[in-house]
Amino acid sequence: MARFKKKKASGQQKINTASLPDIIFMLLFFFMVTTVMREVTLIVKIKAPEAAAVQKLEKKSLVSYIYVGVPLKSGIYGTESRIQLNDAFATVNDIQDYIIKEREQRDEADRKFLTTSIKADENTRMGIITDIKQELRKIGAFKINYSSRKIYDLKK
Amino acid sequence: MAARSTPEVNAGSMADIAFLLLIFFLVTTTMDVDTGITRKLPPPVEDEQDIDIKQRNVFKVLVNSSDRLLVEDKPGNIRTLKDQAKKFFMNPTNDEDLPEKKLEVIEHLGEIYVSKGVISLKNDRGTSYKMYIRVQDELTKAFDELRDEMSVQYFGISFDNLVDDTKRQAIQKAIPMAISEAEPENIGGN
Repeated sequence: MARFKKKKASGQQKINTASLPDIIFMLLFFFMVTTVMREVTLIVKIKAPEAAAVQKLEKKSLVSYIYVGVPLKSGIYGTESRIQLNDAFATVNDIQDYIIKEREQRDEADRKFLTTSIKADENTRMGIITDIKQELRKIGAFKINYSSRKIYDLKK
Repeated sequence: MAARSTPEVNAGSMADIAFLLLIFFLVTTTMDVDTGITRKLPPPVEDEQDIDIKQRNVFKVLVNSSDRLLVEDKPGNIRTLKDQAKKFFMNPTNDEDLPEKKLEVIEHLGEIYVSKGVISLKNDRGTSYKMYIRVQDELTKAFDELRDEMSVQYFGISFDNLVDDTKRQAIQKAIPMAISEAEPENIGGN
């Protein structure tokens, strides 16, 4: 009972690419998961001021944001500068609570590295910013960052 | 005939589809880097006490509600503020009216005169945030440039490119970022 195997056609063997989609999907999921889309929907208009000597804000997970600007729907909310915390308008008195909540969300070891980023519109008056800073001082959130867009010095 | 295996679905294009999705995500995710001027707020003062600082050690910068500058009791200009601050802080000619210096020994740098100068920034409640940031920016630039100059002088490399942490700290010690913000006072109203 001799069996004859058909000889395979000699030629280039095709590489199995069946796992290629899996690899790409893995990359895809990696990117989908790592990109933090935690940005809140802004309800105030913010155009950050320009500055040249800026530093990068590192470790975004350790940053809490305070937004200050004129409400987008100024017809309803007026044209006075307002503070936005999370997704709602707030007053200066809410800042301490907000910072406490932000602290509680973090690991105890990370709490002292918490930075507060003040994202304010360039036409805001300093009065409201000063009030925010006073509240932050009271609660002990000393590390702050004035968010600003980087411009390059032409002279350099 | 019946034992024939089911024909495989061609999965060759799967990779392309996944690539397309991947590229879509890569393009749409704005990894906008947050930049800004970092500052450290002073702890709140319990009772108001006057800390004695000699007049010559203080460089006063005032910004009023119409965004005008008063630098050392004279009307100032934002363009010259940086150079004024640098000149004040370093006191190259050992002027009597400019800040004192203290001889200190710092690792990597040896004996060095450290300026006791402090820049005092005061603003009105009506000052615009834009102007405030511009002033802060100019003052930061002044210190950055001083550090750069020192770094080039001692290590032959700009401060930004200095990787050695102890050397960075040495320069930060020799040129401390001395910007103090006065306690707010309600002067101009909102």
